[in-house]
Amino acid sequence: MKLPESLAEQVIAHARAEFPNECCGLIAGHGDVATRVLPTTNAEGTPFMYVMDPREQMELMDAIDEAGEDLVAIYHSHTRSAAYPSKTDVELAFFDQPLYVIVSLQDADSPVIRAFRLARSAPEGEQITEEPVEIS
Amino acid sequence: MSTVKIPPVLRQAVGGERTVEVTGETVGEVLTNLCDQHPAVGSQILTPDGELHKYVNVYVNDEDARLLQWTDTPVGEGDTLMILPAMAGGER
Repeated sequence: MKLPESLAEQVIAHARAEFPNECCGLIAGHGDVATRVLPTTNAEGTPFMYVMDPREQMELMDAIDEAGEDLVAIYHSHTRSAAYPSKTDVELAFFDQPLYVIVSLQDADSPVIRAFRLARSAPEGEQITEEPVEIS
Repeated sequence: MSTVKIPPVLRQAVGGERTVEVTGETVGEVLTNLCDQHPAVGSQILTPDGELHKYVNVYVNDEDARLLQWTDTPVGEGDTLMILPAMAGGER
């Protein structure tokens, strides 16, 4: 996906603002080009789990759909581990079209953003496919 | 007959439709009939045991069905159901 630097900074700023809890949100755009970041509330509000507030999720998905945009990615932060999907991330990945973007604050001074396509019903070993993130 | 709004993530599973009309007198019956008519929906929202996944939300006329009578919530003509798989995960 193509992620303008200003949007990458928004995602990182959101992750830092929510620390030590995980943050979550949506990235809208066209095709694989991100055009805006939509931060949402982590209804779970813990360092170990995110559950996007369902009302916000519903409203933003509708807004993206009605604006003729694509849901490019669902993002969340990992505060203590690498930017790689956990077992829970895969088990709860209901969405096969948008990418799952993870921002890791494991190294607080050097956040890492990576993107994955997750397929929860695929055989083990084939559930996680990394997609390149071009930040420019 | 209730109207079920299908979010983009499930549309392919119902042949691209934004809404489908489904019979059933309760939320549970509507979901069962929907999954019978469109098995690809079932594979996304049901557990291997056939139960609705804990992280799939259902709204009846914009009210969270879990806060009503969940799968026993009565529905009928003019009611709109929305299925919304959660966006969730976690480090553990």
